[in-house]
Amino acid sequence: MTKAQLDNAFLTVSEAGEKAFVPYIMAGDGGLESLNERIRFLADSGATAIELGLPFSDPVADGPTIQAAGIRALEAGTTVQAVLDEVAKEKASRNVPLVIMTYLNPVFAYGVEAFASACAAAGISGLILPDLPLEEEGLVVEALQKHEIALIRLVALTSTPDRIRALAERAEGFLYAVTVAGTTGERATFVDQLGTHLQELKEISKAPVLAGFGVSTPEHVKELSQYCDGVVVGSKIVAALHQGDRQQVAELIRSIKQA
Amino acid sequence: MAIYPTETGHYGSFGGRFVPETLMPAILELEKAFKEAKEDPDFQEEMRYYLKQYVGRETPLYYAERLTATLGGPKIYLKREDLNHTGAHKINNTIGQALLTQRMGKKKVVAETGAGQHGVATATVSALLGLECIIFMGKEDVRRQALNVYRMELLGAQVVSVDQGNGTLKDAVNEAMRYWTANVEDTHYIFGTAAGPHPFPQIVRDFQRIIGDESRKQIIEAEGKLPEAIVACVGGGSNAIGMFYPFVDDRDVKMYGVEAGGMGLPTGKHAASLTEGKAGILHGSLSYLLQNEDGQVQEAHSISAGLDYPGVGPEHSYLKDAGRVTYDAVTDEEALEAVRLLSRTEGIIPALESAHAVAYCKKLAPVMDKEDVLVVCLSGRGDKDVNTIREAHETGGDSYD
Ligand SMILES: Cc1ncc(COP(=O)(O)O)c(C=O)c1O
Repeated sequence: MTKAQLDNAFLTVSEAGEKAFVPYIMAGDGGLESLNERIRFLADSGATAIELGLPFSDPVADGPTIQAAGIRALEAGTTVQAVLDEVAKEKASRNVPLVIMTYLNPVFAYGVEAFASACAAAGISGLILPDLPLEEEGLVVEALQKHEIALIRLVALTSTPDRIRALAERAEGFLYAVTVAGTTGERATFVDQLGTHLQELKEISKAPVLAGFGVSTPEHVKELSQYCDGVVVGSKIVAALHQGDRQQVAELIRSIKQA
Repeated sequence: MAIYPTETGHYGSFGGRFVPETLMPAILELEKAFKEAKEDPDFQEEMRYYLKQYVGRETPLYYAERLTATLGGPKIYLKREDLNHTGAHKINNTIGQALLTQRMGKKKVVAETGAGQHGVATATVSALLGLECIIFMGKEDVRRQALNVYRMELLGAQVVSVDQGNGTLKDAVNEAMRYWTANVEDTHYIFGTAAGPHPFPQIVRDFQRIIGDESRKQIIEAEGKLPEAIVACVGGGSNAIGMFYPFVDDRDVKMYGVEAGGMGLPTGKHAASLTEGKAGILHGSLSYLLQNEDGQVQEAHSISAGLDYPGVGPEHSYLKDAGRVTYDAVTDEEALEAVRLLSRTEGIIPALESAHAVAYCKKLAPVMDKEDVLVVCLSGRGDKDVNTIREAHETGGDSYD
């Protein structure tokens, strides 16, 4: 059921001839008690799915904005268990799929099997682990499959053709196309070949292709979503929510409809 | 003992390459370049040339007679890595990786540094080979090791002070990895210790094993036998694995890895990953790690910047679980005492890191025979630490933070 919820959400969007918008938020940033309310706000604003960051002390794939959000969340005492408990409370009424993004160590410390099981119980659809390349997937795939949690893989601008094929072949949930060589965070522009790269991914991927890392303006959203199935927006959303600028968040999400 | 790592970079259940996909192609390229270099006689010759003419190898295995007499135990030999160019074992690795960088056609290198020794060794070989060099260093370490910062700059490197986290080695590695991710096309990451994603633990070990290879030959020449025991300090584990590796199959040689016990293990303020940590993933590999229940990595504490690291190389985790090496810790105070001991008995001021290994001799001396031989890896000299040592002695032991 869990994984299917995510697949259905993308199907609904594509059947309507639209593109997907997946905002990222850091769980515990702004207080855990506001988490479910934030999720509802994003869903009501039109998010297709929501990426929920679990904070980690050493987020090597993240730029300054998400690093800072992670530190705020950890300083507020956010734990894996507390986030899963909080999210589980509204499992039944929630109408938007959730995907967790974190690093391998918090999952490993919790216990991979226990984590997958707890995710399923909390109604989580997928898991993104930016420090888990193809080569090391063996650590988690079985447990995730058993509990019907999609392992969302990242494909990079530097990925070689054979790696791209292997990643596209295994794609489930969505294929996360990293749009910059670098960490998360706002960018002014993207490389010229990005459009072709995304189109090629879309042709071979078993799952929808979403572009993310650096996507931060309505113009980016419109530009990139032409070539694939939608976008993930992280740092910009995290920063706007931190500043209490919900209107900016809503506008960004709305920009996908005009894509 | 089986040969490690496996093809996939694992040491038993440890090791691996837990890095973002953006870095994987570079990791695989590096693995290939390293394999080819190892088989290439020209590369071997180049290494031999620089190690001899530039680094100053081989380093002596020095019989520390007065230290031996003072401790009243086994005959103590010091492997004098402190006599290398730049003052520590770090350059054995940086010269090798800088030559690899050239082989891969890259012109820029990035590195992290804690004590500054690895940073200086990287800046040095970059100057030597004409590579552009950027060094990430925690802001706390920039303060503790100001002279080394200046040294790196003098050598033409750009030093970036990292104020994320607590501004120590772990945070410098994070930033160096982020920088590498963003510049991977033309930049090689010269990782400074036997940790990180495969193939780094293997590359660093293979470049550092010259410490153990030379020691093995030298001790047989001097004593006609292998030593009864070997001691080395363990930060990320490069000098220790370099010393231990050639002896791993010599079952009668006992090996001791000494971690930083900081203010004492019960205080929680230490850097003893193997002694006190549990398995986890940091900086690309699965290994013993200081972390809380929730998998958040904890800050390490040590008076010695080079040991101030919550993780450790995966091969050490493997050797610990296999029971082949005993890992233990000594405190800041014991290390400081050892600095004084070695300075006064032998006229050698050791690096604070290396002083941890010397301190452990005091513990081993009473339980070994006088006929026994104990080899200690003196990984570096103490010039860089003189200020820290002076401050600590003046204020009675733990003036740092
Ligand atoms: C002199 C010296 N010894 C030891 C170390 C610890 O590193 P490793 O455990 O990799 O040998 C350092 C690190 O900076 C050092 O400078």
